Amino acid sequence: MARMATTRRVAISTAAAWLFGFLIFFPILWMGLASFKTELEAFAVPPSFLFFHWTMENYATVQERSDYLHHAMNSIIIAGGSTLIALLIAIPAAWSMAFSPTKRTKDVLLWMLSTKMMPPVGVLVPIYLIYKSFGLLDSRIGLVFILCLGNLPIVIWMLFTYFKEIPRDILEAARMDGATIGRELIYVLTPMAIPGLASTLLLNLILAWNEAFWTLNLSTSSAAPLTTFIASYSSPEGLFWAKLSAASTLAIAPILVLGWFSQKQLVRGLTFGAVK
Amino acid sequence: MKHVLGAVCGASCLLLAVPAMAETTLTIATVNNGDMIRMQGLTGEFTKKNPDITVKWVTLEENVLRQRVTTDIATKGGQFDVLTIGTYEVPIWAKKGWLVPLANLGADYDVADLLPKIKDAVSFDGKLYAAPFYGESSMVMYRTDLFEKAGLKMPEKPTWDFVVDAAKKLTDKSAGVYGICLRGKAGWGENMAFLSAMANSYGARWFDEKWEPQFNTPEWKATLTTYVNLMKEAGPPGASSNGFNENLALFNAGKCAMWIDATVAASFVTNPKDSMVADKVGFALAPNTGLGKNANWLWAWNLAIPAGSKKTEAAEKFIAWATSKDYTKLVASKEGWANVPPGTRTSLYQNPDYLKVAPFAKLTLASIDAADPNKPTVKPVPYVGVQYAAIPEFQGIGTQVGQQFSAALAGSTTVDAALSAAQSATEREMKRAGYIK
Repeated sequence: MARMATTRRVAISTAAAWLFGFLIFFPILWMGLASFKTELEAFAVPPSFLFFHWTMENYATVQERSDYLHHAMNSIIIAGGSTLIALLIAIPAAWSMAFSPTKRTKDVLLWMLSTKMMPPVGVLVPIYLIYKSFGLLDSRIGLVFILCLGNLPIVIWMLFTYFKEIPRDILEAARMDGATIGRELIYVLTPMAIPGLASTLLLNLILAWNEAFWTLNLSTSSAAPLTTFIASYSSPEGLFWAKLSAASTLAIAPILVLGWFSQKQLVRGLTFGAVK
Repeated sequence: MKHVLGAVCGASCLLLAVPAMAETTLTIATVNNGDMIRMQGLTGEFTKKNPDITVKWVTLEENVLRQRVTTDIATKGGQFDVLTIGTYEVPIWAKKGWLVPLANLGADYDVADLLPKIKDAVSFDGKLYAAPFYGESSMVMYRTDLFEKAGLKMPEKPTWDFVVDAAKKLTDKSAGVYGICLRGKAGWGENMAFLSAMANSYGARWFDEKWEPQFNTPEWKATLTTYVNLMKEAGPPGASSNGFNENLALFNAGKCAMWIDATVAASFVTNPKDSMVADKVGFALAPNTGLGKNANWLWAWNLAIPAGSKKTEAAEKFIAWATSKDYTKLVASKEGWANVPPGTRTSLYQNPDYLKVAPFAKLTLASIDAADPNKPTVKPVPYVGVQYAAIPEFQGIGTQVGQQFSAALAGSTTVDAALSAAQSATEREMKRAGYIK
């Protein structure tokens, strides 16, 4: 009897989880479906779910009109570069705050987070002027730099919470054995924090990949990533949903695949230290 | 030996210098409209004639483009050499010295051929600051089959009374057909473009001669009351979130008996590839109330050169090419006369080939002629612009007012409350900007 009740409960919670997952995934599924419709069908009321005239025309148009690979390469360089640099800066910063805190550490952490409290448009003009003076407008380096700075507080915060979960005794034991700070960081701390590092890296990569304020405002053509590729398919006068969906599907495809393959690390990282 | 070395050095310097001299790269910012996409596709024809110029395109969504370009031009960033801007921006930016006047478009450009109203809209202090790429007004598009079935006949110059009456008669909610589709989505370029033009036909105006906002006048009340009641009785559900594209889709799917919107839509609704009602569409001038102004706007997308550009000569060459009569002929030869950019040149409306494929041409021209940006309203106003007031503050004010009117349409506020909120918001902004005390 008890087993039956448990089986039923498992079945219900599994069904609920699937339903919830489907709901979350639905916008992406809808976008994918719209990308195979004609413009008129994409706008149709009531919309058709599966029974419509499937077409690859939108993908052909997008391929013909834009240089997808150029934009994708820019996205990879900008998102990858900014994430790696952010990690290089954040690991020592989080380490020092987690293992050698001072009485001002908390204030420093909060101060760093406060930089995320202002809408970016508030500093658009000053940043634009600085970039203009340094010749960084429409350059990949410029975008790597701004995205790295923008995400740094989150990266440090995430790493700080992961590092806090690592027992100090292990580090002290390493020190007793004569490990230098560098060795301690590389051989002791990093391997133990790998799930946390992996999830920070992935989350930051996704954030940088999808960043659409600075990438749209500081790039024109040479450094334009996939966000500008998507933005070029929205039209004030003319139907565009199907083509926009095709462009968006192409733009999220790489990061979706990456997320799919690394979901194990992502989940492990996000629940890291949840149960002691 | 020395001479030989010198000659070799000289020759190699020349060789190195030639490509450097030859390469002028123009960066052109534009929106994703059909005519602009076609222009991008034909860039090769321009570069073939001008091998020393290469062209890079930056296509962005309209609002993103506006923000992007404004930032660049205000900071003199110099990222763009040619901009696509609307008639709203031209006089404001020209006054600020942000645009380069177009004085060297070439001998065969024929400035006199530009439609006078459109030319006025892109000029400031008698100088041309932008070249119109395509122009539009608004008009009534209606279903001839539904009108015939209901025994109605659309006059060439309909009144609002007729339109309201016909919309009610043509509505058949059980069949999913609505008498009229109008813009309801909030925004200065969305519902306010339509409502400002409609208000002009009711004798209303945004500001009086002393810049005092006028939403507390009976004319505005009549405008908004008619609009809200009409849409409640004969409009599609959820109209407060419908803009140009949503209404285009509804009309093309056969759900609207009438649609009052941009004249460029005429070529979309008569295109059998996209429209289910392509052969059943008629056109008429935007409605009036007998006061001498029709409810139609005037807009053009134009090409202009920002003051920060260092390649003005090449940029002007490109603009002259893209807005010339020859460009129109080029598009016609590649994609047919139905696809040429409309609404900028008188000669197009005298071309029999164009008139043959564009049944809407006559009314497009009549609509453009009927809108006067310098004298947009029945009573005098201190501003230029038909469906907008060409002052920098208008974008913000227009969108705030648009949100109020969209809420009135959705039924979350009343007409009176929306007008009073619009009045106080506009008064506040105009005081802040120093127009009134």
